[in-house]
Amino acid sequence: MVKPDNLAPLIEDHPFFKGVDTKLRDLLVGCAANERFEAGQFLFHEGQKAEKFYLIRAGTVAIEIDQPGRPPIVVETIAEGEVAGWAWIVEPYRATFDARAVTLVRALSFDAKCLRRKMEADPTLGYDVLRRFVPIMAHRLSAARLQMLDLYAPPKPAKEKTVKAEKADKKSKGANRAPDARLKKAKKKDGK
Amino acid sequence: MAQPNSKSTTPYLLDMDGLAALISALRRQGRQIVGPRLADDAVIYDDIETAADLPAGWGSEQAGGHYRLKRRDDNAVFGYGLAPQGWKRQLYPPRQKLFAARRQAGGFTVEPPPPPAPPLALIGVRACELAAIARQAKVFGDRAFADPGYQTRLSSAFIVAVQCAEAQATCFCASMGTGPEVTAGFDIKLTEVFVQKHHGFVAEAGSAQGAKLLKALKAPAAGPAEIKAAGVAVKNAARQNKHLDAEAARNLVAHPDHPRWDKVAERCLSCGNCTMVCPTCFCTTVEDVTDLKGDNAERWRKWDSCFTMDFSYIHGGAVRTETRSRYRQWITHKLSTWVDQFGEQGCVGCGRCVTWCPVGIDITEEAAAITGQERI
Amino acid sequence: MNAPLRDALHAPVRDPLHAPVRDPMVPVPFRIEKVRRDLSDTFTMELVPEAGGEFAFQPGQFNMLYVFGVGEVPISISGDPADRSVLVHTTRAVGQVTEALDALKPGDSLGVRGPFGTSWPVESAFGHDLVFVAGGVGLAPLRPAIYQAMANRQRFGRVIVLYGARTPEDILYKKELERWRGRFDLDVLVTVDRATGKWGGNVGVVTNLIARGGFDPLNTTSFVCGPEVMMRYAAQALEKKGVDTGRIWVSVERNMKCGCGLCGHCQWGPHFTCKDGPVFRYDRVADLFQIREL
Repeated sequence: MVKPDNLAPLIEDHPFFKGVDTKLRDLLVGCAANERFEAGQFLFHEGQKAEKFYLIRAGTVAIEIDQPGRPPIVVETIAEGEVAGWAWIVEPYRATFDARAVTLVRALSFDAKCLRRKMEADPTLGYDVLRRFVPIMAHRLSAARLQMLDLYAPPKPAKEKTVKAEKADKKSKGANRAPDARLKKAKKKDGK
Repeated sequence: MAQPNSKSTTPYLLDMDGLAALISALRRQGRQIVGPRLADDAVIYDDIETAADLPAGWGSEQAGGHYRLKRRDDNAVFGYGLAPQGWKRQLYPPRQKLFAARRQAGGFTVEPPPPPAPPLALIGVRACELAAIARQAKVFGDRAFADPGYQTRLSSAFIVAVQCAEAQATCFCASMGTGPEVTAGFDIKLTEVFVQKHHGFVAEAGSAQGAKLLKALKAPAAGPAEIKAAGVAVKNAARQNKHLDAEAARNLVAHPDHPRWDKVAERCLSCGNCTMVCPTCFCTTVEDVTDLKGDNAERWRKWDSCFTMDFSYIHGGAVRTETRSRYRQWITHKLSTWVDQFGEQGCVGCGRCVTWCPVGIDITEEAAAITGQERI
Repeated sequence: MNAPLRDALHAPVRDPLHAPVRDPMVPVPFRIEKVRRDLSDTFTMELVPEAGGEFAFQPGQFNMLYVFGVGEVPISISGDPADRSVLVHTTRAVGQVTEALDALKPGDSLGVRGPFGTSWPVESAFGHDLVFVAGGVGLAPLRPAIYQAMANRQRFGRVIVLYGARTPEDILYKKELERWRGRFDLDVLVTVDRATGKWGGNVGVVTNLIARGGFDPLNTTSFVCGPEVMMRYAAQALEKKGVDTGRIWVSVERNMKCGCGLCGHCQWGPHFTCKDGPVFRYDRVADLFQIREL
């Protein structure tokens, strides 16, 4: 870890704290640390105490959910200039997803307890940090909603059509009734 | 105001024989004559043989959702108001073959549509209908992509306009600035007059070929009494009970969420009658047909209506699923967005959509309600 | 001829000074040279006119493609506008006509009417950063503009392609995107809504890529194409970033039967999507996007 006083410019350079007041920045430095994660390492795990949040300076972080017997589901990737972790600010302060370094990740981390304590003691700092966090949470929420829409999926009626055809096939009593069944039969014959 | 327009010569006076001679002369030019005639309990525009086919002595009674033929107490031949459909039926037929395609080894050939039928002579075109024709001519006369069929049919047509002598209860051409006076777009203009029980037509030429034809008829000049009677007739037709604030209606587009859309949708059957009888509605769809062997295919263009569900279909579904949206599309296009597209409103005030709406929805009332000009 | 009405006709057929008006409703037969399957339901065809000759178009324009006896469908042109010898269309089989198109093979014929519609104003972006934002098969109508931008590469600041697909298997023109990514003068960022398999790239919606920037918002032109919802949010994200709404362009889809403003189907507020669009300047249509069922 790097000595805290060297972190001031790193904080100022990151888009998250763009234009931060010098006094507030100095308060932040006291809670910050410089960290590095190799590809495959985890920044935090679902359910664990959210003790930190991270400003990503380089690399990509995957926010994912683990599931037994299948590969984890990547919900979102977080890139350079963005923030990983907001559970530290919301009670009961437990991470809701896994965060895995996809590549080598360099990040500034902030100690949650340290920062929360300072935010409570100094409402100006508290407001400034929240003011920067809320838009990110809003953006994530709307992005998640958009993602949920599955906008690029094939249009539905096309799907319904095939479902209907299958149904007709199954329900059909006589082989001569359902063209699909006839086709299948013909194919089988040709195959033999 | 049948006072001769600008530099025109003295009007002629035709009697019924003169009108018959005019129609014969047009027929001799090889034209297909279309005019008013009695059919299906209405006066419609259809092929006519002679002046005897004209609906002498017939009038009509029109109101919201109401049309009845009515005997007149004179024998006027142009006293029927407006036919259910305007002249778009002739100038832009409901079904038109776009092309035929024939399958050939490794491909197909495309044969363009056959050349148009003989040139038309349209007898009895009203002022509002002339305005409608001019509006459709703009739609089909796009600089980059014109419709050659429409252009050919219109530019070769001979137009005999007739000024109205009275307004129907559904007429509001005066509000739209399209009538009742016929001012332009005709070859010959007629005004039907009765002077001392003499039935005649004050006739004026609006084009060189109109002038030539009138001259050849060797009709007498109209006297001051007839000219005066023609003026009185048009003034009488200008007295209309229905009004539409055209300027205010231009602003319909600014009220996409007005509660009135829901109210009108409760009545609207989405039947599309208004679009079929509207003389400016121009929307079409296409239909592909093949013969049983699949070697010959044709593509047809058919009138379509923005009131049908699949009108706005894009893969996945229709854009306008609700009646309110479809009615809104129709009326805002007609009165509002048509101006953006073509520089004038798409409504000419003929009132057909009011007459032929099965539930009597009135475009003037809806426009007034939505733009906050409600009078009721 | 009737003089006042003639004035209403812009292009009278009988005017001896003008050639007879070409009937825009009659298709011209083209032969399929090549078919390439891009995705499970998406394919790219290369067409040449049967009677020989060239086909000129502007990026973003579309054609009406006619399948013999089946019908017509509007499909944007996805080839290189500099190459007039071949007409390229990428189509997703989602309906009756597109499925019939899918069944055609090299050597078969189809009818072409066009090109129709407005185009991506590539030249208007000279001197700017140029950001392409594509979603799903919306990359196809943008590809001609990307070709044109690359042919004039020195005229732009940064050129960035931001592309969102459903899954890694749904990425259109994958090899070409990889090739483009290899160029030092073109930034290509791809994201997927759902990661599958060994995908190690971005996950999330394409608007996230806009938020990440990499361009100078005050000096940026952006061309956006994809599903309408995606375009709306992408345009908002660009606007939020500081891009002038007058420099954002979108491509709108509506029902089209004629392609040339005669049939009325594609009306969207005051616009005929087929001739006033499909490419619209965002600030001119932003309000229309907000009206339901317009």
